[in-house]
Amino acid sequence: MARTVTTNRKLVFTVIGWAIGLTLFFPILWTFLTSFKTEGEAIATPPSFLFFDWTLENYLTVNDRSDYFRHAINSVVISLGSTALGLLVAIPAAWSMAFTPTKRTKDILMWMLSTKMLPAVGVLVPITLIFRDTGLMDTRTGLVIVLMLMNLPIIVWMLFTYFKEIPGEILEAARMDGATLGKEIIYVLAPMAVPGIASTLLLNIILAWNEAFWTVLLTTNNAAPLTAMIAQYSSPEGLFWSKLSAASMLAIAPILVMGWFSQKQLVRGLTFGAVK
Amino acid sequence: MATLHTRSSARLMLTPSVILLLCWMIVPLAMTLYFSFLRYNLLMPGTEEWIGFLNYQFFVEDPAFWASLINTLLLVGGTLLITVVGGTFLAILLDQPFFGQGIVRLLVIAPFFVMPTVSALVWKNMLMHPVNGLFAWVARAFGAQPVDWLAEVPLLSVTIIVSWAWLPFATLIILTALQSLDQDQKEAAEMDGAGIFSIFWHITLPHLARALTVVVLIETIFLLSVFAEIFVTTNGGPGTESTNLTYLIYMQALLFYDAGAASAGGVIAIILANIVAIFLIRMIGKNLEA
Repeated sequence: MARTVTTNRKLVFTVIGWAIGLTLFFPILWTFLTSFKTEGEAIATPPSFLFFDWTLENYLTVNDRSDYFRHAINSVVISLGSTALGLLVAIPAAWSMAFTPTKRTKDILMWMLSTKMLPAVGVLVPITLIFRDTGLMDTRTGLVIVLMLMNLPIIVWMLFTYFKEIPGEILEAARMDGATLGKEIIYVLAPMAVPGIASTLLLNIILAWNEAFWTVLLTTNNAAPLTAMIAQYSSPEGLFWSKLSAASMLAIAPILVMGWFSQKQLVRGLTFGAVK
Repeated sequence: MATLHTRSSARLMLTPSVILLLCWMIVPLAMTLYFSFLRYNLLMPGTEEWIGFLNYQFFVEDPAFWASLINTLLLVGGTLLITVVGGTFLAILLDQPFFGQGIVRLLVIAPFFVMPTVSALVWKNMLMHPVNGLFAWVARAFGAQPVDWLAEVPLLSVTIIVSWAWLPFATLIILTALQSLDQDQKEAAEMDGAGIFSIFWHITLPHLARALTVVVLIETIFLLSVFAEIFVTTNGGPGTESTNLTYLIYMQALLFYDAGAASAGGVIAIILANIVAIFLIRMIGKNLEA
């Protein structure tokens, strides 16, 4: 008796769950389907959901039309570059705060967090002017610097919460056994720190990949990543829906897959450890 | 001696981050503050002069400022309402055992990873378009007049697009908090004859209070800066109907080249964000001690 009740309950939740999940996912699914249609079918009424002539043409032409590969490479360079640079600066900082905390450590962490609260638009004028005067406008270097600085507080914080979970006694034991600082890092700390660093890396690549304020406003063409490339489709002459869809799928697919793998870290990173 | 050594090397390791963030914060902030007191048009270099609070007066007396302020509050408030209520509901649903739970979870969180320009254009064209969009087709199928979403209800449309992207964030955080709920407590309440709603009200909700606060504060920080979704859909229009503060400042700076007024607006935006930030930082700080 009790068993049938639970099975029924499970079936009901299965139906509700899938219905809501598919509804929320629908815009992405619809973009995916549209990307295989011809332009005519893309705007057809009534719309065809599955029974149309599937074509790969949009994917084949997206590179010619909007120089996809160049923008994709920009996205890769900017998101990987800013994240790698950020890690390089943040790892020592987070490590020192986690293992040799002083009475100011908390204040420093809170202050770093507060710089993240600064709205980007508040410094739009100075950053634009600095970029104009130093020739950083529309360069990948400029975006790498800005995105690195923008995400640095998150990187330090995430690493800090991970490093703090590494028991300090292990380091002391290694030191007692005569391990030098270098050996301590390579053999003791690194293996325990790598998962945390990897999650931080993942989340920050996602954030940098999808950043759409500075990447849109500080580029015109040369350094424009995928966010800015897609923004160009907003002009009336760019209204080719199946091509827009193909370009969109190519822009979001890699990061969507990465995101799916990092959902746990996402919570931790974006709440600064407040929810685990 | 050894401790002294470690301490100084610890300081050395911390220094680059601190200096970088200090520059990132102080230099542009000081410049914004300085520019906000100047008559400063980017098209007329060399004509800068100190004008005191005139930019602020100009900015605040502009009806567009008040419109954009109200729009900002509506956009942030509306999105918060949808994502927090919807997110709680979704989290509770995803917490129940059912077939294919893992896959549904992936489907639900997917929108968060879609870049703002893509989500905005997909919604604008393929869903909300008044003639060929899917919503128009659905409306006609039911014999209703299709809505021209972005022209008739621009702010609501932007709110929907932004909510779609942030609903997964709220869901994921609330779900994480939900999973740390003590099941024994719930079972004890059930045995005492408590109904679903009273369990939700007296046990689940108080347990979620902290996560919900975090969601509200963090989303507010990000939502005050919504830009790309407006940039590629309505351009703030029609008129100022979907212009938020971020977009208004962008227009002042990069379309009207009025660096002075834009800087004054920037200072106002920073003050607004800080009001929220103080609460958030205090909360996270408490957590750090615990």
